[in-house]
Amino acid sequence: MGVEIQVEHLSKSFGKQLIWGDVTLTVPAGEICVMLGPSGTGKSVFLKTLIGLLKPDQGSIVIEGTDIATCSEKELYEIRKLFGVLFQDGAMFGSMTLYDNVAFPLREHTKKSESEIRDIVMEKMDLVGLVGAEDKLPGEISGGMRKRAGLARALVLDPEIVLFDEPDSGLDPVRTSFLNQLIVDLNAQIDATFLIVTHDINTARKVPDNIGLLYHRHLAMFGPREMLLSSEEPVVRQFLNAQRVGPIGMSEEKDADELEAEKDQELPPLPPIPLQLEPSNGIPRRSQRQPGAWCREHGVTPPPGSFEESMSMATGG
Amino acid sequence: MSSLTASRALAPVGTAGKFFAFGLDVLRALFRRPFQLREFIQQAWFIASVTIIPTALVAIPFGAVIALQVGGLIKQFGAQSFTGSASVLAVVQQAAPIGTALLIAGAGGSAIAADLGARKIREELDAMMVLGIDPIQRLVVPRVLAAMLVAVFLNGLVSVVGVAGGYVFNVILQDGTPGAYLASFTALSQLPDLWQGMAKALVFGLIAAIVACYKGMNAAGGPKGVGDAVNESVVVTFILLFIVNFVMSAIYIQLVPPKTG
Repeated sequence: MGVEIQVEHLSKSFGKQLIWGDVTLTVPAGEICVMLGPSGTGKSVFLKTLIGLLKPDQGSIVIEGTDIATCSEKELYEIRKLFGVLFQDGAMFGSMTLYDNVAFPLREHTKKSESEIRDIVMEKMDLVGLVGAEDKLPGEISGGMRKRAGLARALVLDPEIVLFDEPDSGLDPVRTSFLNQLIVDLNAQIDATFLIVTHDINTARKVPDNIGLLYHRHLAMFGPREMLLSSEEPVVRQFLNAQRVGPIGMSEEKDADELEAEKDQELPPLPPIPLQLEPSNGIPRRSQRQPGAWCREHGVTPPPGSFEESMSMATGG
Repeated sequence: MSSLTASRALAPVGTAGKFFAFGLDVLRALFRRPFQLREFIQQAWFIASVTIIPTALVAIPFGAVIALQVGGLIKQFGAQSFTGSASVLAVVQQAAPIGTALLIAGAGGSAIAADLGARKIREELDAMMVLGIDPIQRLVVPRVLAAMLVAVFLNGLVSVVGVAGGYVFNVILQDGTPGAYLASFTALSQLPDLWQGMAKALVFGLIAAIVACYKGMNAAGGPKGVGDAVNESVVVTFILLFIVNFVMSAIYIQLVPPKTG
């Protein structure tokens, strides 16, 4: 269940402009990973490269023994059947109803009868809470509903890997936390590998097992959630805690003068690490770790107040 | 700097190459199963519905203009009995394929480019590829075939309506004799004229649809990009079709010598 994605020395540039270079990471099978980064660091480009919509300039992406960067078009279309992708705006087919949209991959790829298709589609619609809206056109529903419909379509072929392109953009905080809960529940249910691209730190702090941070044309850090949340590394610390003090400026990175001016400023203490979001039925996911386990194993003292129930309540879990 | 100028100067070559590669992709996908029959029928119906009435309306003045021009000229030679023949020759050989080209590019092609362009910028095409479906096979091939089919029918439509229009103008406005008009039909024109008209229409449909699909699928930069794609696709198709029409006419005249009445 779930498939591992091995990315090695991946580089991509548009013309002369390097988007990111030498990205090496392994997305572990069945776990939830979040890829973070300031706006414009090529997070979406990374996602599109993973599914072979964009060809990297260098490096390899190996999924089940196939290198997506160099394989043939035919292999690519085969390997894509392992994927479910939620696009930023849902990318629903505008001329079809939601039902037909969700049924589309089944009709194209399987020889299932219409009644079997109906069962599967209704099950997925139920999963994302869209029962009753099957006959609507994508233009007639709200952005949040389009996203959930997109998720239903992404899940319909029982993917081994699910990619989310900014699931929280354009959603209100309540819907975002519902969607986050849905993501965690789904992972518990289908055990697929999840990769979420976002710049919402609230999602990043509570949902994933692993976090990656793209910054300044490279992968700044990738590792378990607690490792990044307790990290003193300036870029990671600044981004994950949404602070102004640090190497990230308004436009890309700060220059030497600005950094010099900030040198003596006291860095605010690291905020406590919140508890990870648990599946709503209370049964832990297979890839879930004990709160604080990583910190204990690596002798890192988490910031005071970490892993406390009350704290996670206060920030609206 | 020099490399910059070189890359600018060579950019059109690159575009032409990409377009050609796209054409080859379409050709390859043409034979891949399963064939999208439903989409093909829908598209053929759609293209026909946006082109039939404009085509008929364009064909009438086409036939009339030829009748007026040729009729006046031919009178001075005292060869009125050949008016019908000249009209048929001009309409079937040239006016019908040109009229088809205008409509298939202007009405059919622009609609295809707008449709695919909108899908492209809404990431629908990406979503389709991610779902393991090749948009060239699923969307482009049915559109290309539909445009070719409809183009051949439009060619027939322009021929009939154009000749009928010429007849009406000749007989009613220029006091021609109906019998002479009809009797001279085959004096200058021959059956291969009709075949070449249909062959031209087939090629025009192919080019118009491939250009429209290519431009639509490469639309970029939001809603404005879709507008640009439609605009470019119509302009490029017009230019290409007029060139191809010239080349095909020249080849045809070499292959099939004109009939001498």
